[in-house]
Amino acid sequence: MHWLTEPFRQEFMQRALFGCALIGFTNGALSAFIVLRRLALMADAMAHSLLPGVALALILFGLTPASLFFGALLAALLVGLGVQIISGSSRIKEDTSLGLLFACSFSLGLVLLSYSPAQVNVSHYLFGNILGLSDSDLWIIYTISFIVLPLLVAFQRPLLLLMFEPSIAASQGVAVKTLSYLVMGLLVLSMISSLQAVGVVLALGMLIGPAATIYLCSDSFAAMFWGGGILGMLGSCAGLFVSYWLNLPSGACIVLVLGVIFFAAYLFSPKYGVLRKVLHRRHLHKESLARWQVTKGAANASILSKDKSDSSNQT
Amino acid sequence: MSSHHLEIKDLTVVYHRVPAVHHVSLDLRCGHCVALLGPNGAGKTSFFKALVGLVPKETGEVIFGGHGKKGADTDIAYLPQRSVVDWDFPITVRGLVEMGRYMRIGMWRHFGKADAEAVEEALRAMDLADLAERQISALSGGQQQRAFLARSLAQNAHVFLLDEPFTGLDKPAQDLLRETIRRLAAAGNLVIASHHDLNSVPELFDQVIFLNGELIAFGDTRETFTEENIARAFRTHIFSGPRAHHFTLLNT
Repeated sequence: MHWLTEPFRQEFMQRALFGCALIGFTNGALSAFIVLRRLALMADAMAHSLLPGVALALILFGLTPASLFFGALLAALLVGLGVQIISGSSRIKEDTSLGLLFACSFSLGLVLLSYSPAQVNVSHYLFGNILGLSDSDLWIIYTISFIVLPLLVAFQRPLLLLMFEPSIAASQGVAVKTLSYLVMGLLVLSMISSLQAVGVVLALGMLIGPAATIYLCSDSFAAMFWGGGILGMLGSCAGLFVSYWLNLPSGACIVLVLGVIFFAAYLFSPKYGVLRKVLHRRHLHKESLARWQVTKGAANASILSKDKSDSSNQT
Repeated sequence: MSSHHLEIKDLTVVYHRVPAVHHVSLDLRCGHCVALLGPNGAGKTSFFKALVGLVPKETGEVIFGGHGKKGADTDIAYLPQRSVVDWDFPITVRGLVEMGRYMRIGMWRHFGKADAEAVEEALRAMDLADLAERQISALSGGQQQRAFLARSLAQNAHVFLLDEPFTGLDKPAQDLLRETIRRLAAAGNLVIASHHDLNSVPELFDQVIFLNGELIAFGDTRETFTEENIARAFRTHIFSGPRAHHFTLLNT
């Protein structure tokens, strides 16, 4: 059992586990909104566009968590604003402007990083480095979780209305625009918190994996929200253990574990799993089948009785 | 209740400086089923959206129960076309109807006994009590329409704006929905539905509005649903502003 308890004795692993649990829960809970609002690609683009902010902060203020945080926040805001401006003022649609801006800003980030004075390992920002969490990293993760989660819970009702159908929500008096900006803001915040864990490239895995999994197993939004949080937390911690035992990159392991759980749900979910569909192929409309059988039975009966009466007439 | 009016004064809706609805004035009494008729692009959806504040009004006002309506509120419920709704959303029929209460109870208040009763009553009124725990995609088209009506009932709406509610329904479902909206109207509500199947108008609605950019005609189905009005609404160019203000009757 030594191998099982060993990770808990290492200080860097304790920190990493704690960080993982918090980041996993926050991202997992938020993922319900990302999946249902279909913001996955938007989130991916946002994650990539954080890079130039991170690079700029690195050049100007050095390698401190606070500078990276504000750099990333600024970059996300600028790209978000840029998308709105370009799509609002020209015939270019939102997805196109988002794709273009994200590619450009990611490239800008790479170029800026090459000017960085300190020899920075780019891969930390691309793929995360959760084993190297510092105290201030943990503080940032704390703060973000304690902003994002209470806000999501507080705004649960209007957010649910918004996600279900924005036009009905607006007709009921929900401030649709403000709430959409709120979701975007929370998305950026929790992405920054997952930057340390899995990096900009893999952040999407934590942000959609958990809710996508629950979506295949349940018809309840509450299950998606809380279940997504719990699954995100457990999955991330499990990924961390796997990476420790097998000596593999931690960010990739976390996302892979979440991915494996998703595929398991995709195949075996008792509700919407593929295997269930294949094995229990039901008649599409049970009721219409029953009705058809009844009417067919009645028709047969009437034909029979008609035959009988015909034959009795003949005799 | 049936003394309530929905009064629309001089309503104009403009998209990107192109007018979609022109200076429409109507006085609608609660207790009626009203058909909103007009060709595609006649501004039917814009008209609905303006009534619930989804698109800004260029001119005019909407008055219900003696109060001017600035924007969205719970008195007027808008039910969009079935095709715009994500039916795979993880929610049951009961959850959908509960949503109708959300704006009444706000963010913090508990979902109380009165709310649960309102939901229960709405489900019963729409004959959905047995289906309450079903996921919404496991309903037939007519049941889906009734689920949305139940949601609006739970919201305590008095005016129901239905966008093409009969589209895609088979005859029995259509009959059932007709009975349902008749009952809603008889209970003192106002039901306005956009509709494109002219043949079924007389059996479904007791009043009609003909819209073609501007108001063509409004009144009881018996007097107003005439060949002449149909021709004026459907066989003319869509009225799209004073410059194009010529009625070329093609077929009269």
